[in-house]
Amino acid sequence: MAVTLDDLKGNKQLADRTFRGATLMGGTAIAVILGLISWTIASKSSLAFRTEGLSFFTERRWAPADDVFGALSFIYGTAVTALIAVVLAVPVSLGIALFTTHVAPSWLKRPLVAMTDLVAVVPSVVFGLWGIIFLAPKLVPVFTKLSSWSDGIPILGSIFGKASAGRTFMTAGLILALMIIPIITSISREVILTCPPTDSDGALALGATRWEMITGAVLTHSAGGIVGAVMLGLGRAMGETIAAALVIGSSPAITANLFSSGDSLPSVIAFEWGEATSDTKRSALIAMGLTLFLMTLLVNFIANYVVNRAMKRMRGES
Amino acid sequence: MTTVLESSTGPAPISPLLTDLTTVSTRRRVKNTVMTTLMGMSVAVVAVVLFLVLATVASKGWSIVASEFPQWFTKDIQLSPRRPGPGMKAAIVGTLVATATATAIAVPLGIAGAVYLNEYGKTSLFARTLRFLSNVMAGVPSIVMGLFIYVFWVVPRGVDGLNGFSGALALACLMLPIVVRSTEEMLRLVPQNLRDASLALGATTSRTTLTVVIPRAASGIISGSLLAVARAAGETAPLIFTIGAAKRTNWNPFSGTNTSLSLQIYANAKESFPTAQERAWGAALTLIIVAFMFTFVARALSGRFAKNSTS
Repeated sequence: MAVTLDDLKGNKQLADRTFRGATLMGGTAIAVILGLISWTIASKSSLAFRTEGLSFFTERRWAPADDVFGALSFIYGTAVTALIAVVLAVPVSLGIALFTTHVAPSWLKRPLVAMTDLVAVVPSVVFGLWGIIFLAPKLVPVFTKLSSWSDGIPILGSIFGKASAGRTFMTAGLILALMIIPIITSISREVILTCPPTDSDGALALGATRWEMITGAVLTHSAGGIVGAVMLGLGRAMGETIAAALVIGSSPAITANLFSSGDSLPSVIAFEWGEATSDTKRSALIAMGLTLFLMTLLVNFIANYVVNRAMKRMRGES
Repeated sequence: MTTVLESSTGPAPISPLLTDLTTVSTRRRVKNTVMTTLMGMSVAVVAVVLFLVLATVASKGWSIVASEFPQWFTKDIQLSPRRPGPGMKAAIVGTLVATATATAIAVPLGIAGAVYLNEYGKTSLFARTLRFLSNVMAGVPSIVMGLFIYVFWVVPRGVDGLNGFSGALALACLMLPIVVRSTEEMLRLVPQNLRDASLALGATTSRTTLTVVIPRAASGIISGSLLAVARAAGETAPLIFTIGAAKRTNWNPFSGTNTSLSLQIYANAKESFPTAQERAWGAALTLIIVAFMFTFVARALSGRFAKNSTS
């Protein structure tokens, strides 16, 4: 009878507070790790910025032997491959999302969702392996044909220029497109499903065809969320390392020709790390990591903001 | 009655007007058909590409795994990429060790964080900030995670820093936001009246969470964690700088370099020797099977969870 009700209460409160503290630690871990990432990466790249200055971002040459470290061609490569990926992936992803929600019979819906999820499960290095050994050699004749067709046409002619090899900006863009299709599809699908049936049924009742119903009711309703999904896909494509590193060709270049080999930020970090023995070179590679971090951070910030705002508005409306 | 029905279904005098209203102009109908076909084609394109990838990996991988059947899983990796020879045991063990260690770090931490967000923080400014940060962290490129652990953890420890544990730390950073987000989703699905009932019986929030909320959401939480595990098992970039490049089996995460299936695929895919490429396909098949197994179990569990929460 030594334990009184008050004692129990005290114990319980202590236990409760301890538990709360423990969960709080788990939550704070995220903030702490993000802070540590920014701080360590920034401090380690300071050496590169001190020796190169701001020309790090504007210098095209990457010549470790001459101690010239320019990131511009890698930034260009990252942007170009990510853009190709988004341009290719968005129509396909929207097509899949709309097909799943509005065209497919109900028995087909689950297998379709499972299929897109399956693409997400395949490890990126496996896509890279497939791209470098299976896809790249098969793409060379396709690239050659495309460039001979578009030869002489003002803009197309320079975009689809001479194909040097199978490992090009375009190859990397294709593989990245495949890898971001699942994320764009699944978010678009969720957004499209929030479209109130009164809107779509109303459009159909007014005599609209299915496509008119989709453009008139569904897409206008979910435009914001889809833009956010596309931005998230863009962020994913910029940060994806291994698949791009294997198929991009690893020869830094700034050219409009998408059929030329290039290099990107994550890929050069992964490739040159083993040979980076000097402090400056390591620091320059870490500075590239910082650049990549900031680029994806910006894109993801905007994406999260757009998605959240769109989701909130849709919940409020429906 | 019957006459009325018949007159309404039979050819009525207003039929010209009706047909005018119900038919759709050819241009609109064609556009609709074309667009529907395009949607179907985008599904077909992805299905075909996915099939091609899986079929290539399966056929090329199977030929090496099957022809070297027992040795593939029991022998260490051939030292020279040029020479043929069996063995992927070191990589299989390395993947298991690094992923298991990363899971042991990230899953408890992530579940704790999600419990804080959903049971304590709720809509407070701090909780909203954390939720936002976990979304941001989910978007950090995996290679940056690798660089971070290299600078933060490996460099201070010198050569000994390259081991399974360092790799696991990088993988854990990658898994943490995924676990937090999926667990919070699952906790949110637990009906509020269960919590209220438990609290009304005099239980504290901690007791309610541990004995009512988490058991209810358990299969969902496990399924989300398994998806994070599958993701981590397939990652390469965080391991390049952190785990080293071993060819021998090393069960100890805390000392000695290690390797992983994904690293072996990456290293061998860059080689031009056919023996190395064969080895890459074999490792790819092994890795895909591991990733699919985790995903399959996760799907089965989340299916069960969905049934539980609706009943």
